[in-house]
Amino acid sequence: MGTILKEYRYTPAKIKRGYSGKSLYLNLTDLRFEQKEITDFMKEKLTGGKGFDLWYLWHAITPETRWDSPENEIVMSVGPLGGITQYSGTGKTVICSISPLTDIPIDSNVGGYFGPLLKFSGWDAFEIQGKSEKEILIFIDGNNGLIQVEDASEYPEDTHLLAEELTKKYAEDEDDMVNVSVACTGSGAKHSYMAMVNFSFYDPRRKVCRFKQAARGGLGTIMHDKKIKALVVRYRGITPNLNDVADISTINKVGVKYHKEMHDLDHKQNKMRQIGTANTVMIMSQYDLLPTRNFQTGGDPETYKISPQVFINEWLTQGLHDGCWYGCTMSCAKCADHFLITTGPYAGQRVTVDGPEYECAAGLGANLGVFDPQAILEENFYCDTYGIDLISFGTCTAFIMECYQRGQITQEQMGGLDLCFGNSKAVLELLHQISRGEGFGRIAGLGIRKLKKIFTEEFGADPKLLQDIGMETKGLEYSEYAHKESLAQQGGFAMATKGPQHDEAWLIFMDMVNKQLPTFEDKANALYYFPMFRTWFGLVGLCKLPWNDIVPADNHKTDAPAKVPEHVQNYVDIFNAVTGKSIDKEELIIQSERVYQFQRVFSVRMGKGERKDDYAPYRSLGPVSREEYLSRQELYDRQLRELQNLDPEKMDLDEKIAVTRRYREDQYEQLMDAVYRRRGWTSNGIPTPERLKEIGMDIPELLEVIEPKL
Amino acid sequence: MIKVNTEDYPWHPGMTVRVLLDEKRFTFRHIIVRVNGEFVPEEDYEHHPILDGDDVLVLHLMAGG
Repeated sequence: MGTILKEYRYTPAKIKRGYSGKSLYLNLTDLRFEQKEITDFMKEKLTGGKGFDLWYLWHAITPETRWDSPENEIVMSVGPLGGITQYSGTGKTVICSISPLTDIPIDSNVGGYFGPLLKFSGWDAFEIQGKSEKEILIFIDGNNGLIQVEDASEYPEDTHLLAEELTKKYAEDEDDMVNVSVACTGSGAKHSYMAMVNFSFYDPRRKVCRFKQAARGGLGTIMHDKKIKALVVRYRGITPNLNDVADISTINKVGVKYHKEMHDLDHKQNKMRQIGTANTVMIMSQYDLLPTRNFQTGGDPETYKISPQVFINEWLTQGLHDGCWYGCTMSCAKCADHFLITTGPYAGQRVTVDGPEYECAAGLGANLGVFDPQAILEENFYCDTYGIDLISFGTCTAFIMECYQRGQITQEQMGGLDLCFGNSKAVLELLHQISRGEGFGRIAGLGIRKLKKIFTEEFGADPKLLQDIGMETKGLEYSEYAHKESLAQQGGFAMATKGPQHDEAWLIFMDMVNKQLPTFEDKANALYYFPMFRTWFGLVGLCKLPWNDIVPADNHKTDAPAKVPEHVQNYVDIFNAVTGKSIDKEELIIQSERVYQFQRVFSVRMGKGERKDDYAPYRSLGPVSREEYLSRQELYDRQLRELQNLDPEKMDLDEKIAVTRRYREDQYEQLMDAVYRRRGWTSNGIPTPERLKEIGMDIPELLEVIEPKL
Repeated sequence: MIKVNTEDYPWHPGMTVRVLLDEKRFTFRHIIVRVNGEFVPEEDYEHHPILDGDDVLVLHLMAGG
């Protein structure tokens, strides 16, 4: 038990129509608490979740603020639908801050119990500013209206140990452990810019803490910099209508319909209940989309070794409920129980590994040339417990491996690590070095953008090659989809507001396989609709997966099956039933766009968010190397004939690569023009005052930022 | 010649929906097939003929991430 440094008592606000109406502010520098009102303006313009986060962050910082400035904040909010228990995927929280990787606002969504329990404790949002002198934890007792700040220097660092200890400490008894949730990072946060925040949920059947991650953009790094070891919330008394919804019968009706769909159709569709998001690994490889060896190719003959069936048959426990919030019948948070660790500080111990999700199997598997399920699970475990974002780590390590493969860095410069593709032991050792802050691990977690500079300036690497193969935009590492044959997805990644994460738009099949987006305008329309639609999940507290990882049996009869119209209507109905408002599908998009455009303006305010920031590395757009061209030679030669009226027989390989590159880079420029027009931006990517006015976001302080840029 | 998702594709006698899906390596199960605008149920893939000049849409319902 650490020393209590501060206590704060409050009267938990009663939730009404999805909102408590209060947010909690804590300044760590002087341990000062405040309550703030959630205003009608905030609800109207920003809805909740990410909207609230960005609003508080905007007012807390200046354009000069960087990730480690004391005024930078960690802000989290679950949104008005967060915590309802009648529909799947209703426990998602969004965390925002200024990222150490990008220097602009990052938003990262996360399941687990922390966000809903925070709201039921009386807080729609939690805003943390300043820096503590000592390592602390903050405990929120939502039933008794008590917050304690405690000296946390004696607690373990790594997530699986820390969460277990704190869950036991703050639960009154074993039955109470499900009412405690811990938010924390791990030892990797001390020496990397890609550390994440884990949210726990206690699994009473397995009797372990399980975890979901707010992974992207270095939120854990900021948490560690502020000396927050953990946030803990305890709230006992989850019941079906804690949100005081306006129309419970509609929510029940929509929920029952959806759960029946899940029961009847999941086993015929994506098998989310068996394997979760990793169901797509083989499909991605078969369609040339699985990033392999730093996105050089889109699959590998060895992918069958890490196929979903291998994980289902040999590793993942089946038949237990795996939802990360109450009421989720999709239940996709799969895990491997009693997994034996073979390396590092926990070698010889048996643990529960949450995963692998698709991004893990792709990012720590194929993209590193690792086709060993056991190695992938161990990498997964260590990323989670060290608090390291496995997407950034996977993509960054793949970049390091290719630099090594192409002679840009040496084994000696990597402190003796033989980081060749496929060497999972070296990957695990690199993770341990990052955790310990030793050797090559002192720089390997800084992210691709900083490594490009170090490799060039200190190791003499070729900056042009590194620019081409380093899969980052805006400083954030790409998530794990090979996409160079989908122009729309190239834009979906590189024009994403926070950096190349797929949660804005995932258009690869619509574009590359279905050929539903033949023109620039078609692609631009998709790059308007899908980001605006998907942003909405992060405003209200919902998970994206139940939207389209299962679809109604008659979805094919609709005029826009990719949008899953019935599920969109479900969301409209639930939003109205919770809040008592009366939005339609069009207003839903406008709600999103208000926050989307706000975030873009925020990036502009921080010195980014312009056309120069939306360019992709050429590996994203086309074949960098001879081997890449040859791997799809038939396709690329055909494109030379059909798209450029050239005869590939009369060209040598380097000439074909160069001509293809000019064409593809020009296509991307044209796509940017079309997308900017559709989003209401100038040709330099700045939201126009006219567009802000159309959506009701012509707020003076936003206009003040964009006007000098027009 | 037929159209598959708006692009030309060579036709041959005996082509069915199943044959076409196999040739194109469209292995993803969650798809919608329309031939000349008409929906073809999965149970008919083996026998539903594709004729020279047909316009085939194979819509993959994969919206990812």
